Amino acid sequence: MADPVVTSHHARAPEAAPGDVVRVTIDGRVVEASPGQFLIAVAEQAGTFIPRFCYHPRMKPVGMCRMCLVEVAGPRGATLQPACYLPVTDGMEVVTTSDKVRKAQDGVLEFLLVNHPLDCPVCDKGGECPLQDQVLSYGPGESRFVEEKRHWAKPTPISDLVLLDRERCIQCGRCVRFAAEVSGEAEIDFAGRGDQVEVAIFEKQPFSSYFSGNTVQICPVGALTATPYRFTARPWDVEQVESTCTTCALGCRVAVQSSANRFTRMLGVDSDPVNQSWLCDKGRFASASASSPDRLTEPLVREDSGELRPATWEHALSTVARRLAAARDEHGAASIGLIGGARLTNEDAYAWCRLAKGVLGTDSVDCQLGDGLPAELVLGLPRATLDDARTAKVVVVVSGDVRDELPVLFLRLRQAVVDGGTRLVELGSVPGSLGTLDVAVGHRAGDAPAVARALAARGACPAGVDPVQWGEALSALSVAGEDGAGVVVLVGRPSLAEHSSVAAATARVLAGAWPAARFLPVLRRGNVFGALDMGLAPGLLPGRVTLDAGRDWFSAAWGQVPARSGLDCAGMLGAATDGTLAALVLVGADPLGDFPDRGLADQALEQAPFVVAVDGFLSPSAARADVVLPVPLAHERSGTTTNVEGRVTRVAQKLVAPGQSWPDWVVAVELAARLGCDLPYSSVSDLWDEIEQLSSAHRGLTRSVLDSLAQRDGVLVPLAGTPVVLSRRPPAPIDPIATPGIESVERQGAPLRAGLAEPLGGSDDEAVVAAAAAAVRGERAEVTAGRGEPAEAGPQVGPEPLRAGAGGPETAAAGAPAAPAGSPGALEGQAAEGQAAAPSAEGSPPERHQRPAMLRALPEAPVPALPPTDGYGLRLVARRTLYDDGVAVDVNEHLASLVPPLQARFHPADLAPSAGPERSLRIRLRSRRGVVTVDALADPSVARGTVVVPFNVGGDGAEGGAARLIGADDVVVDVRMETVAP
Amino acid sequence: MAITEPPKIVTSRLAHDDSHTLERFLATGGYEGLRKALAMTPAEVAAEVDAASLLGRGGAGFPAGRKWSMVRPGPLPYLVVNGDESEPATFKDHLLVERDPHQLIEGVVIAAYALQVAQVFVYIRGELALGLERVQGALNEAYEHGAVGRDIFGSGFSVDIVVHPGAGAYICGEETALIESLEGKRGFPRIKPPYFPAAIGLYGEPTVVNNVETMSNLPWIVAHGGAAFAALGEGRSTGTRLFALAGHVRNPGVYELEMVKTTFRDLIYAPVLGGGILHGHELKAFVPGGVSAPWLGPEHLDVPLGQDEVAACGTMLGSGSIVVMDHTTCALRAAWRITRFFWRESCGQCTPCREGSGWLEKILWRIESGAGREEDLDLLMDACDNIAPGVSWPPQQTTICVLGPSIPSSIASGIRMFRDELLLHVKEGACPHG
Repeated sequence: MADPVVTSHHARAPEAAPGDVVRVTIDGRVVEASPGQFLIAVAEQAGTFIPRFCYHPRMKPVGMCRMCLVEVAGPRGATLQPACYLPVTDGMEVVTTSDKVRKAQDGVLEFLLVNHPLDCPVCDKGGECPLQDQVLSYGPGESRFVEEKRHWAKPTPISDLVLLDRERCIQCGRCVRFAAEVSGEAEIDFAGRGDQVEVAIFEKQPFSSYFSGNTVQICPVGALTATPYRFTARPWDVEQVESTCTTCALGCRVAVQSSANRFTRMLGVDSDPVNQSWLCDKGRFASASASSPDRLTEPLVREDSGELRPATWEHALSTVARRLAAARDEHGAASIGLIGGARLTNEDAYAWCRLAKGVLGTDSVDCQLGDGLPAELVLGLPRATLDDARTAKVVVVVSGDVRDELPVLFLRLRQAVVDGGTRLVELGSVPGSLGTLDVAVGHRAGDAPAVARALAARGACPAGVDPVQWGEALSALSVAGEDGAGVVVLVGRPSLAEHSSVAAATARVLAGAWPAARFLPVLRRGNVFGALDMGLAPGLLPGRVTLDAGRDWFSAAWGQVPARSGLDCAGMLGAATDGTLAALVLVGADPLGDFPDRGLADQALEQAPFVVAVDGFLSPSAARADVVLPVPLAHERSGTTTNVEGRVTRVAQKLVAPGQSWPDWVVAVELAARLGCDLPYSSVSDLWDEIEQLSSAHRGLTRSVLDSLAQRDGVLVPLAGTPVVLSRRPPAPIDPIATPGIESVERQGAPLRAGLAEPLGGSDDEAVVAAAAAAVRGERAEVTAGRGEPAEAGPQVGPEPLRAGAGGPETAAAGAPAAPAGSPGALEGQAAEGQAAAPSAEGSPPERHQRPAMLRALPEAPVPALPPTDGYGLRLVARRTLYDDGVAVDVNEHLASLVPPLQARFHPADLAPSAGPERSLRIRLRSRRGVVTVDALADPSVARGTVVVPFNVGGDGAEGGAARLIGADDVVVDVRMETVAP
Repeated sequence: MAITEPPKIVTSRLAHDDSHTLERFLATGGYEGLRKALAMTPAEVAAEVDAASLLGRGGAGFPAGRKWSMVRPGPLPYLVVNGDESEPATFKDHLLVERDPHQLIEGVVIAAYALQVAQVFVYIRGELALGLERVQGALNEAYEHGAVGRDIFGSGFSVDIVVHPGAGAYICGEETALIESLEGKRGFPRIKPPYFPAAIGLYGEPTVVNNVETMSNLPWIVAHGGAAFAALGEGRSTGTRLFALAGHVRNPGVYELEMVKTTFRDLIYAPVLGGGILHGHELKAFVPGGVSAPWLGPEHLDVPLGQDEVAACGTMLGSGSIVVMDHTTCALRAAWRITRFFWRESCGQCTPCREGSGWLEKILWRIESGAGREEDLDLLMDACDNIAPGVSWPPQQTTICVLGPSIPSSIASGIRMFRDELLLHVKEGACPHG
């Protein structure tokens, strides 16, 4: 009996006091667990797998499939009990392999197969099917069923992306529970009774969830299939790597699968601090866009005839270099602007930042397109982690709809509000998905700073706010500290028709009133946080330092930095229109689609003397460039990305980019060379090494730390800036039944951790963690090479695997710049080998230079004055939607149809009585900037005097969408409504 | 055994055609039990019910007093009355809600007072249209009369009662499924633990769920004292109880009999009761307590109608519904008909019940229609064993609720008692009963 004691790491026992331990005997082995943990999880941690179908570790147990029956000793002898919802108690004795258990398992499987069609050869799930697998392991050898099986029409679409085969369904209820419990959209449910129970949708109400793909991933049979993947691959033909989704800035961990360099699908990986296995449909399905035939495959140069024609890289690059050099020489470096960079990896972004600021010498660089927040505000606000937000006492939301901007964050916060007791107060002029869960305080667009000030002061109800809502908001807030302790604020752009200074002022007000509060900036573009960390914003340098603070440090490392702060995106576009911008570089940026002022973007691209676009697609903006350079997208490159909370995770290459695409950092290096500067990078690893050595935020985050299995969920930076430093335990194994299809990620080992495919002993990770921690403290430490050192990468490895020690002395000899020898933070040993004593061609920063201090203070953000309103004006609210006219959706045959129509929503009282929810009315909206024709809909949730229009939707026509109405300088936008003759 | 003449406890007014009216009710001692209860303390009322040893009349036979003591002392959020009587041949609550709704309401208010409940839900099977109409009508009268609502009879005690019609699912008679249904959800029984609604019941609050007949006994118990009730019957089975007699008997109907003092033989054959088998046929077998219960044969006719006495025979008195089968009955067809009921009414949650019930039904029908194989009997028993391991009584179960382990009862009874007859179906390739 007294065999080795197994300690469980992942106790889920909210009611149990820490330290409480119960001992359970499982098959003769004594196992320790926390009281209240479910037997199935305790057994699994102890190495005993109990078969199951309906149980999912991220949802409440329901005990429906009865597959997990085990024998538990009780007062009336051993009885069969379901392990999935039986809480362990001290002294519990469990047998999982007795004849009685085996017969029960055999019986359940035989029952499940009674009505199952057994069409495995034509089923997508065949080969990764928990039903198939468990029948082979635990089930009867043959069926005794000779009668007619149940028949249904099949498959039936339950949404645009998901098909249902009710004959294969085993009624585990995972999909139904996901909708009810996780996404909160009770749009699918069971209908019928007995063996006629079916998963069904409501009439006239398809399963229109942003998260429908998750039901496909968690379906333990082939009942739910995704239209984009259906019949495209067999599980044994696909290879996969673990990576990070860069569709939005949340950084969900994923497994990317492909077959013969063809993307097949993406699955969510259970990363506890981030996505907990869930993905949004855009992230899951938009990756396929990279395989679109519309991809750019060769450089394009505009010829004298005015046409963009294919060109060689050499011709394209020298054209760009020549024009940029000419601009610099004739008009000064500040006449060159760079917009974009949020699509890049951290390493790419760093290379482009160095090209712009260190080589060209311009500070007019902006990875946001006027649709975000001021960079210094984003970096200056005390950042919350996603777990902070989930465990906050109160979440205050002043942003666009989180379900549209960072969809999986919505799931995490919904769980906090619905199950975790977190209160939530949303400020805005139209209720968002989060506000409808708890308290939504409606106010007029532009009033957010004043309302926020009153809220923080817990003061009287501001004018224009419903006193009942206000009372609820104050009551919700009462659980938080006066100083904002326990408050997490989601700050973003509630409306793109509202100037960013309004959002900035709101954030400033709240940060000033609540010194203990933490903030999550709701910026959604892929790696926007990484790009900001790498300095792709005016006035910033890599490592979250300002231009002034980092001037000496980076001048020494790079040779030069810009003398003065440059322009942001709006400034650059404005400069283009008044002739002071000589060249514009668009790095994965499409101002025509994304910049809120379409008129200005149009004019700027028209007037800019030279435009170069670095992109994977010929976006509307790229189509107007003079030179277009093709680059890899999503899963075609490797490196790292940084999410909204500052978590750095690995992005792994799975596919080879089409045609002649070159990685973004290579383009930067090649351009620099043609501008007379050899950037010393020959691999992504070289870039990361330099980031680690120069960045104040990334000090200590060596490649060996990033590569260690224990840091698989990524690492929050700066390492010392948050209570969570480094994980010291390996992440929980992926439950193969919970997330069928990706159980082999660990076993195969993602290529970036190729050397870690074997189970790790603790020592290597411990050493890595200790070294990183020491580096953060500014000590010197040694990382002993051990089993943790990754070996040669496997066959799936992309061209640039990040490997500890891969740099080596050659890298340094090639001219690694700026090894600040002996400076605090330099890490001797395996990870930093080769740089420590390397003299730089450009000279090391003098010893007296410390790494510059990171940005802490918030910039001043005065509350902008609102223009007077007249009695006829309606205030415009332009909201982002998950699916919009962005190129990744536009070229995707499965997602393009999900873009909402260009409809304007009004309070019914503001609309002519002839319109209603069922009838739309064609109207024109006119602002100072332009006119847009839209369908008008009555929506009682919209505040009086407000019109809500989706942004970057329906703008294909000459007229353009909401962006036609918005002026870049407008604090708020007021529009008038005009009827259109039918 | 002689048939006793106990006091009519729940059927005293049924001789009158207008037994459901407030006038008749008041004229026959109605609401006197409630007035007496309101003069006592809640604890004293509960003590009387405890002293009566009143076993729950819904089927499980759990002592009502003990159920109450699991939530006492202190006010209880909800009391729920289970009137979702839906099993084939079970119709005793049907009689009570239609013919004496005020007695039910009086009992409910007494229970509410004892438990200090302010909100009661009476869940009545939707198909009992007249019963629903009568209970709702009586409830309106009771509010008017001051017997329900605020400050009942000037006592300061207040309770509201809501009548909730079921929507046609047998499973909603299972108390946790009933609670789900009341909450507006699908009638899926809840997983246990928590084992009793007394811990977590309606809307997550502690809840007592009692049967209609159990409630209807309370006015008499309070009026006459728990001891008087306990003096009737024998052993654990005290008082009287309603028996719904159906099947091949001359006088089917509901009979109130003193427990244990009467046998199945009395009930089926006594001229004042069942009056014997129809057409003078022979008795083949009978269902002793609802179609969930294993069958008994003629050799068990002298078993007394008591909870423990019937349990000793490996079956149960259950809901008190007795179905008589004469010698012309096809045992296989009877088992098939019962299995078909459970198949249609399985909620669909648990695999063994959901898939097993349909499979068993198909096998039974195949044998009945002449396509059976000899090994089908073993297959039937083995499939039953996978729903209720051991196929014994009381059953072990692989399912969330007891609907699953109820399925094997009739099949196992048929095979054990009439194996040769079942095999004859196989040999002859047709039902021997035509």
